[in-house]
Amino acid sequence: MPIATVNESNHEFLHEVMAATPGGETLLTCLQCGTCGGSCPSGPDMDHSPRKVFAMIGAGMREEVLRSNTPWYCVSCYYCMVRCPKEIPITDIMYTLKQMAVKAKLYDDSDAPDWSESFIGYVENYGRSYELGLASRYHLTHRPLQKFSLGPFALGMMMKNRLSFRPERIEGIDQLRTILKKAKELEAAQ
Amino acid sequence: MKYGYYPGCSIGHSALAYDISTKAILEPLGLELAEVKDWNCCGATEYFSINKTAAYALVARNLALAAGEEGVEQLVAPCSACFLNLKKTDHYMGKYQKIGKLTNEALAAGGLNYKPGSLRIRHLIEVVVDDVGYEAIAQKVTHPLKGLRVAPYYGCLVVRPQFDGNGFDNPEYPMHMDKLMEVLGADVVDFPLKAHCCGGHMTQISSDTAFELIRRLLHCADQSRADVIVTLCPMCQLNLDAYQSQVNRHFKTNYNIPVLYFTQMIGLALGLKPEELGVGKEIASAAEALKKIGTESEQVSAPTKPRRRDDKSLPMPSMRGE
Repeated sequence: MPIATVNESNHEFLHEVMAATPGGETLLTCLQCGTCGGSCPSGPDMDHSPRKVFAMIGAGMREEVLRSNTPWYCVSCYYCMVRCPKEIPITDIMYTLKQMAVKAKLYDDSDAPDWSESFIGYVENYGRSYELGLASRYHLTHRPLQKFSLGPFALGMMMKNRLSFRPERIEGIDQLRTILKKAKELEAAQ
Repeated sequence: MKYGYYPGCSIGHSALAYDISTKAILEPLGLELAEVKDWNCCGATEYFSINKTAAYALVARNLALAAGEEGVEQLVAPCSACFLNLKKTDHYMGKYQKIGKLTNEALAAGGLNYKPGSLRIRHLIEVVVDDVGYEAIAQKVTHPLKGLRVAPYYGCLVVRPQFDGNGFDNPEYPMHMDKLMEVLGADVVDFPLKAHCCGGHMTQISSDTAFELIRRLLHCADQSRADVIVTLCPMCQLNLDAYQSQVNRHFKTNYNIPVLYFTQMIGLALGLKPEELGVGKEIASAAEALKKIGTESEQVSAPTKPRRRDDKSLPMPSMRGE
């Protein structure tokens, strides 16, 4: 049964997800076969399998979908995407759901959105990512108690000269910031 | 052939050995890579989670800079995530008019423009096996990696997804690195999880999820009695190598499998010295494994266990019976 017939009365969410995803209209053809969930390395830790999430989208269950950890546990391995018999861009749909959850401030208590935002913070300020700064900022604000287990990791990496002590800034940082500012305006106008 | 080169943020830092060994084998392989001037981060798997238009624009700045350099028609990335983001942005900008339009509008604010399709995006290993070629490499091998049991680990993003069915190897069971390792004289072991996920950024978000994925890969390599896991991605190397001791602690296992880059293996087979290839930068030492091919390497040992506390330390909460 195509997912869109599940609940004809509420297709707003479904259409929003499809419109925000390149190739998203294929979601209508989902067969509910479950190949995606069966291929997913983090499937067992997800609140709902991708297959179930698609059925929930078809049923208009916006809040339940955007509150679930499912998109945040997607590791972007693209197994589901190459296996999907209907060629639905599942990984891209997960990115869409993440973005919608952040916008609606509906994400669950997963640390994932903050990790993404901390990462982006460095990219927007320096143009490059910065592993040591990122890890310290994120972990000190989110899970300081785990610092004890991370100690040997960071120490080992430093002894091998694999963690640098200061971020690099690109020369064209102003140009990059202008581009990103414009991109965000365009995104907001969508 | 002049290739544009997009090293990515991990190169030179957490993937220092990849950087050193790539630079070391370029000349012997007859490759010339011209680094894209003032490139920026590709956004990894994070930017697309927050703002897609900004994510495409971030990647596209690199495409525009590379395409603007004289004589550059191909852009090479050694990191699988960078490779995918560059390739995906180029492909989506061409396939989906709206993405192409919005991205170029954003780029225009910075005085840039990118015409999708003007660059061919390639991973470093693709250039090595397809352009240099197995035969040419075989002829240059002076120190075959005979007797070294190697598990070729591809991870995800160099083989998946395939845009419009165009991939340079099988998305589920790739073979190009297997063939390359055979050409170098190594014993390639059966490694059925070769294209499975290393956990990516889950080490930061939900370490239990990541540790289980890493454990499966280490277990699989161990079952095949691999001396070394060979990889082509900084993220895969980091997760399997630098988190190996934490995975051991988590599961009470005892894996000690070195994880090297394919570029280091090429260098060794071409007779370069381990220190010229960044061997020793790995946390799980490769020194013991490399003795099998008669290669001695110096090793700075990294702490694998937390420092023991003595009585003079500040009191810390502890579990009963500890």
